[in-house]
Amino acid sequence: MKTLESVLIKHPFFENLDKPYLELVTGCAKNVKFEAGQFICQHDDEANQFYIIRHGKVALEICPPGKAPVTVQTVSEGEILGWAWLVPPYRWHLDAHAIELTRAIALDGQCLRKKCEEDKNLGYELLKRLLPAIGRSMEATRLQLLDIYGARD
Amino acid sequence: MEGMENFSPTDPMIPRSYRVKRKIRESHDTFTLDLQPDNLEEKTNFAPGQFNMLYTFGVGEVPISISGPMKESGHILHTIRGVGNVTQALNNLKIGQKVGLRGPFGNAWPIEEAKGKDVIIMAGGIGLAPLRPAVYSLFSQRQQYGDIALLYGSRKQEDLLFHKEFETWRGKYGIQVKVTVDTGDRSWKGNVGVVTTLVPRVSFDPSNCIAMICGPEVMMRFSALELTHAGLTEDKIFITMERNMKCAVGFCGHCQFGPAFICKDGPVFRYDQIKPFISTREF
Repeated sequence: MKTLESVLIKHPFFENLDKPYLELVTGCAKNVKFEAGQFICQHDDEANQFYIIRHGKVALEICPPGKAPVTVQTVSEGEILGWAWLVPPYRWHLDAHAIELTRAIALDGQCLRKKCEEDKNLGYELLKRLLPAIGRSMEATRLQLLDIYGARD
Repeated sequence: MEGMENFSPTDPMIPRSYRVKRKIRESHDTFTLDLQPDNLEEKTNFAPGQFNMLYTFGVGEVPISISGPMKESGHILHTIRGVGNVTQALNNLKIGQKVGLRGPFGNAWPIEEAKGKDVIIMAGGIGLAPLRPAVYSLFSQRQQYGDIALLYGSRKQEDLLFHKEFETWRGKYGIQVKVTVDTGDRSWKGNVGVVTTLVPRVSFDPSNCIAMICGPEVMMRFSALELTHAGLTEDKIFITMERNMKCAVGFCGHCQFGPAFICKDGPVFRYDQIKPFISTREF
């Protein structure tokens, strides 16, 4: 049976993370499973989880008032879900639900924050991994705004 | 007619007569015309990536990429988005009506160069149409290529082209097909996000891989950038350009792009050779 630590180190987000840090992170981890259609978080809920997606697919939705929800991004195997656990006021900014059976490792946000405060090097290490993921997401959003498929005819 | 005896039937400036044999609705604004030559002796011979000039009589002429396989029958497929006067006129054609055709023109996708390598096909919107003959060509010699991945992005689910073929492409030819849309509703169970986000989700050897990209220029720029982040060198990335092509044989200059004429020197270019111009502001 795979341990949480062995699963985490194989995930791209934690690739090459030093073992002492990995042990600290693993202390905040647990396995979770979401059935297709099950909500993982909803807008303005307290954001106390950071998900490492192992398998499956998650839709990130925005629900405009009076309109049907719109999926603006999906995350899947090898990706992460959530950064609001790191910055006040620790609230989710959108809704997320599993499109298909999804397995993930949930890291407790409060636990991680506490460990990052106690060991700033761990905090810096996690930030260095989190910021590129947020940056990629922002770049992708900019491309969506450009409507990049629209021009050719 | 006086003077007509001087025209050769193979003169690239003289349209040949074709008729609409079949019309396939691909999406709300995109359709495929299956054209049959009036001269049934005429054989279709083209390379994947080439285009024809389609002429609707009394309206005008437009460059349209060939989007189907080579057929013994001489039939030829073009997939068109109806957005301008000529393309709308093409959209209005009925079965049996005539259309003029000149071509094929331009160069081809690097199908031969890709032999022995992994291949990434990356398309945005209607950009899948000019790539489809390349896909068929790869399939016809499937064992000659390594891993093949199709990465396809579109605005919405209903804009996706040729999606009914994807399962066959996956199952019969063993290629990785990843599709994404910009936004989706609850009925869409696939990926949401721009096509560049699909690159890390497919497996390929960047040191032995050829990429072929087709879509709007901005999409091709960012796709090439993402592929270079994944380890491909720019000389292994090929894109197809589109400009205001008129004569299609390099005389009129309408499609000049830096030192090149898109119609004659392209439309397929190696990315490192076209990048200085494609990334120049307001060029």
